[in-house]
Amino acid sequence: MSNILTAQNVTKRFGGLTAVSTLDIEIPEKSIYSVIGPNGAGKTTFFNCITGFYHPEEGNIVFDNRTILGLTSDQISQRGISRTYQNIRLFSNLTALENILVGQHALLKSTLFGPIFGLASTRREEADALKEARRLLAFVSLAGKGDLLAKNLPYGDQRRLEIARALASKPKLLLLDEPTAGMNPNETEDMTKFIRRLRDELGITILLIEHDMRVVMGISEKITVLDYGEKIAEGTPKDIQGNERVIEAYLGRGSAAQITA
Amino acid sequence: MEHESKTPWWLKALQTGLIGGVVAVLSCLIGMIESFHERDIIAGQITMGETVLLLIVITFSYFSSRGTEDTALPKRLTSGALTGLVTGGLVAGLVLLGKWVNLREILVNASPNLYKILTFEMENTTTALAYLLIAGTVIGLLTALLHLIPTVWRRAVIYGLTIVSLIALLQDLIRITLTRFPQITEALAWMFGSRGQEGLSVNGAIAVFLIVTALNYASATRGDSIRSRVRALPTGTQQGLRWGSWLLLFAFLLIWPRIAGPYLSEVTNGIGLFILMGLGLNIVVGYAGLLDLGYVAFFALGAYTMAVLTTTGGEITANFEWTFWQALPAAIFMAVLAGVVLGIPVLKIRGDYLAIITLGFGEIIRIMFLSDFLKPYFGGSFGIVLIASPTFGNLRFNTPQTLYYVILAGCLLALFVAYRLRDSRMGRAWKAIREDEDVAQAMGINLTSTKLLAFAMGAAFGGLGGAIFASKLSTVYPHSFVFLVSINVLALIIVGGMGSLPGVIVGALLLVGLPEFLREFSEFRNLIFGALLIAMMLSKPEGFLPEAVHRRELHEADNAANTAGT
Repeated sequence: MSNILTAQNVTKRFGGLTAVSTLDIEIPEKSIYSVIGPNGAGKTTFFNCITGFYHPEEGNIVFDNRTILGLTSDQISQRGISRTYQNIRLFSNLTALENILVGQHALLKSTLFGPIFGLASTRREEADALKEARRLLAFVSLAGKGDLLAKNLPYGDQRRLEIARALASKPKLLLLDEPTAGMNPNETEDMTKFIRRLRDELGITILLIEHDMRVVMGISEKITVLDYGEKIAEGTPKDIQGNERVIEAYLGRGSAAQITA
Repeated sequence: MEHESKTPWWLKALQTGLIGGVVAVLSCLIGMIESFHERDIIAGQITMGETVLLLIVITFSYFSSRGTEDTALPKRLTSGALTGLVTGGLVAGLVLLGKWVNLREILVNASPNLYKILTFEMENTTTALAYLLIAGTVIGLLTALLHLIPTVWRRAVIYGLTIVSLIALLQDLIRITLTRFPQITEALAWMFGSRGQEGLSVNGAIAVFLIVTALNYASATRGDSIRSRVRALPTGTQQGLRWGSWLLLFAFLLIWPRIAGPYLSEVTNGIGLFILMGLGLNIVVGYAGLLDLGYVAFFALGAYTMAVLTTTGGEITANFEWTFWQALPAAIFMAVLAGVVLGIPVLKIRGDYLAIITLGFGEIIRIMFLSDFLKPYFGGSFGIVLIASPTFGNLRFNTPQTLYYVILAGCLLALFVAYRLRDSRMGRAWKAIREDEDVAQAMGINLTSTKLLAFAMGAAFGGLGGAIFASKLSTVYPHSFVFLVSINVLALIIVGGMGSLPGVIVGALLLVGLPEFLREFSEFRNLIFGALLIAMMLSKPEGFLPEAVHRRELHEADNAANTAGT
């Protein structure tokens, strides 16, 4: 299986702090891949490097066999990478449906003249976009809530709406930043199933940041563990569970020895 | 107040009363009451000055007696009465103070005439003071009682009173306009009293109040059933009704200058130009959230382009002598160009910084037109004269009543474009940028082109407005394009409701139209205005007609069901 995303030697510094250090990651196509690590390990910074929010000082990121280094976030989105955010960032004063329609922006063509003169092509495009948006809304089981303002939706719905918005741009790679944060066990269970569905039904590669180990171990095919910006372990869930350095990073020095003993 | 505060309720009522009293005393001491006293609201009965004082007491007692849903009646009544008493007391204190000390040496407006108004022209001061206190208390009590009336009735009564005072204030205008129709002279005399009198007559006031209140009550109680009955009609009939009402409105707009006469048409034209600018700035600020404080620059550029290209005389060297219609596209183009030129350097700048830069840009354009260096081209402070009027065949649009149609056409065009863009792909992209620029970009929106397009669209409307403005006055001076114009346009958008198209129209009517009629209060205009704006921002921060949530999901489903059914 080929790799859809390859990060080589990626380094991102903020002043004297190295948030991500010489990181190498290879993400196979149509896999579910997790990045875990304690708070401040540089997981979200790495996400921001992939999506063009930050530009790494060193290294290279190759997506779909082409480098995406130096591209702006809208160009990267158009290449086929979409994401959600750790603290939900919906367009809160737009309706749920409009949020999804914005997600389709790059796939639509009309500019000024089409809508002003009501051209047939524009109207068809809009009708199709609306249909697709409604389909996505139903896909994340929010049917009937499309006309509510995003800010008025309950928390769990907002999380799913954010995923629907990310899906609207028809990405090949979806980055989910803590999708189950703040959810109860039932909701977490649902979300886990949903993520697996995304991969199985839509064939989207999933890159995941997650703190809930049950989720991570349950659905990931491969895991990379970061600590202080550096990769300390990589492998299948099984490899990671027994890895001493990982346990140490999470629980502190000495704990690993106690647990394994 | 959602959370329980520690201050006891009676202290709060006292505080509110004190504030009300200070407001009342201040409005006396700046001369507002005295100068308003010269005008009658109801002929021979109540003057404008008395109305203002009354309004102050009512407003403050209303808020102090508002409480929560379950506040007990005695508490409310005491609160209202207490507030009224304190407010009246402070005014009484002013009268008393004026008896002992000659306030006039410092405060010029503390004139004998003012005391006469405040003491109801009574000789005996003690009785007058008692009257003041009692009046305050009684008004406070009555206001508190307002809370007892069901909301529908309360709203209807408030509407009725507001309309009565509005009609009374605008009576001059209404009379002048309506005297052009001799058929209704008698009705007018009945309503407004005999000539020379001001304000409504007593029976006129009662009639207006009863009609408005009843209408409002009916629309509040029966409105729903009528609406549902309309909704029960077949789709075709409904659409016919909607088209019919639009046509009716359009026909009214077409004949408006004939009804209104030259003066009102002139005022309407002023409002129309501000609507045009408001619609343009609404795209930049309301849709895309880019705070532009130099919007007048585009207006100025449109006006000056029109002026330079069409002028047929004066001091400047240009002699293109184009017609209005030839110069119009050029004026819009220049404004758009300026929009893009301004847009490029400020692409990465957000919020407050953007506001400052655009503000500077607006000033630069004005000073450029004012400069001696460019005097041969723009005429410096003398401006440019003899600008062409629009012509159409043999028709020349050079009077307010004819120019109205050019402005109406411009407004309708701008309204149409803004309406069509609102729910288009571009409109959504603008709103997404307004909500969260970074996320919008990560959603695949190209910030550069999207922002530039917003600036360009806004500038185009401004340029169009400016071009019409120039040929309306047939002269342009740099002085017409001061910073205050930008602020006015921004204020009308905010008052109307950010991003809302009907809001722009309502905002322009309120902020540009109303002051036009209240010109005689010019001294206090800005004060009243400021107070109204603050009150509005406190009570309705989203504006009068906020942008409605656009229902598409279920609405579309309804339509689909309808078409399937037929």
